[in-house]
Amino acid sequence: MAYLSIDKISMHFGGLVALEDVSIQVEPGEIVSIIGPNGAGKTTLFNVITGVYKPTSGSIHFENQPIHNKEPQEIVKAGIARTFQNIRLCKDMRVIENVLLGMHTHTDYHFWDAVFRTKKFKTIELEKHEEALRILTSIGLQDQIHNYATNLPYGAQRRLEISRAIATKAKIILLDEPAAGMNAFETDALLDFIMELKIQGFTIILIEHDMRLVMNISDRIYVIDHGKKIAEGLPKDIAKNPRVIEAYLGRKEENA
Amino acid sequence: MDDLRRLIKENRIPLYRKMDQYRHYIIAGLLLLLLALPYLLNSQYIMRIIIMICVYSILGMSLGLITGYTGQTSLGHAAFYAIGAYTSAIISVTYGVSFFITAPIAACVAALMGLLLGLPTLRLSGTYLAITTLGFAEVVRMIFLNWERVTNGPLGISRIPRPVFFGIELTIANNGMYYLVLAFLLLTTLVMHFIVRSKFGRALTAIRDDEVAAVMMGVRTTYYKIIAFVVGAFFAGLAGAFYAHMIRFIDPNTFTFDTSILILSIVILGGMGTIKGMFLGAILLISFPELLRFVQEYRFVLYGLILVLMMRFRPQGLLGGQQKTDYAFPKGMKVDNQ
Repeated sequence: MAYLSIDKISMHFGGLVALEDVSIQVEPGEIVSIIGPNGAGKTTLFNVITGVYKPTSGSIHFENQPIHNKEPQEIVKAGIARTFQNIRLCKDMRVIENVLLGMHTHTDYHFWDAVFRTKKFKTIELEKHEEALRILTSIGLQDQIHNYATNLPYGAQRRLEISRAIATKAKIILLDEPAAGMNAFETDALLDFIMELKIQGFTIILIEHDMRLVMNISDRIYVIDHGKKIAEGLPKDIAKNPRVIEAYLGRKEENA
Repeated sequence: MDDLRRLIKENRIPLYRKMDQYRHYIIAGLLLLLLALPYLLNSQYIMRIIIMICVYSILGMSLGLITGYTGQTSLGHAAFYAIGAYTSAIISVTYGVSFFITAPIAACVAALMGLLLGLPTLRLSGTYLAITTLGFAEVVRMIFLNWERVTNGPLGISRIPRPVFFGIELTIANNGMYYLVLAFLLLTTLVMHFIVRSKFGRALTAIRDDEVAAVMMGVRTTYYKIIAFVVGAFFAGLAGAFYAHMIRFIDPNTFTFDTSILILSIVILGGMGTIKGMFLGAILLISFPELLRFVQEYRFVLYGLILVLMMRFRPQGLLGGQQKTDYAFPKGMKVDNQ
């Protein structure tokens, strides 16, 4: 079984079919992109993987363990973290606090350790702060540590959201349209950054509309339209696939 | 000359930074001042107001954890205050048990009620939660009003014994009550500070800022909301127990909706998500009615006006919002490039 194996997932909301029999396999260290027109069900798929929705049918296995029936908190702990299409940082918290929040599941001390400031509390807290500082430095936000998340420019907020996902000790990071709203310059920086993550050993699943980014970065691409998987394969094959072109641009009239 | 002036101006360390640098000295100085206060003022009337400010600071901090940090609006905080007061009063009047035993019991009973209120209300948020907590407080008040066998109904409980500390009866006159409330205040502040500056505080703030994001970072939101409710109720109960043994008479009218609103106003005026704001809020809102006595009936109009203006021009509260001081790293942390 693949590292992350999504098998015949369907997601129905009442009569609305958001996903129908979608299967996706991800191997360790890959960058897999999921593309498709607006409303195709890409973000729904992310929500199913991360446990926000329980799938109507189908199964998801991560490292051979079933995760489709687990709570979002357990899935994060298992090693899958995500970012959001519309940035969801804790705006009134400082940059470093956002990263420390990402470490929540592996900040292992008890309530009483915090109240009585035990040695265990101090050691762990120090350790996590140093780790947070390291992550922020690696992502180039070291001079913004004290700042509040809401004060950061857009691109930096995106990077902070990704560093928060890294802080969860995730093995797989789901990026939901990371390049949305970025200019070409910022997108290039993002591309380098995602490649950097891959080199560090992260597995990445990417939802993105910026085709230049998708084609440059992906190992494999899945195309979803109207809740169904319509194509999968290498970037160069996807670009030529007639069903994909049809989904994006529509069918050519025979006698037009 | 102008250059020199500009140079001085540019290199001046701002006041908040200076205060942050010397904060340990400032806190120590304030503590000394608080300890010496009864001898400086020498007035029972003022001491009584200051004691009430301390009681409401505790209440403010306890609601601050629920509403200020976790963002769960509660309009029924007086209920926990009442439960603490009644529990301690009933036990000590009926069984003659010392205040120092009844007060922790009262706080624990209030905490248990916080748990019971917390469990069903956690699925609610915003206005729905506010209405539920409001209803809870009314139910609690009605029980105290009608359960006459235990609570003596509308007549209330009188002749509540004063706390006795190693044979000395603590009163307002001998400043015993003041030092007692100061100890409680210190305890509450420390515990709140320790909770807030840990992963618990970060999880609570995250729930307030963006609950979905908090869940996605692995925060078990239900558990953390319950923690906030239980800890908040515990300290409100403690404040209630103290109040009962200071005033020595309690009846259901002491713990009405007005009290809940007053506590909430302290949190909002002081600044949500701060501890120091709760002190400022309590100082202002408890001393306002006393300072404004000369305007008599109009003082509540004025008081309302101040709150309206506050909401218009500084919705984050007097000390709330973004702090200018740096993030305080834990001790022993080496941070370069500063």
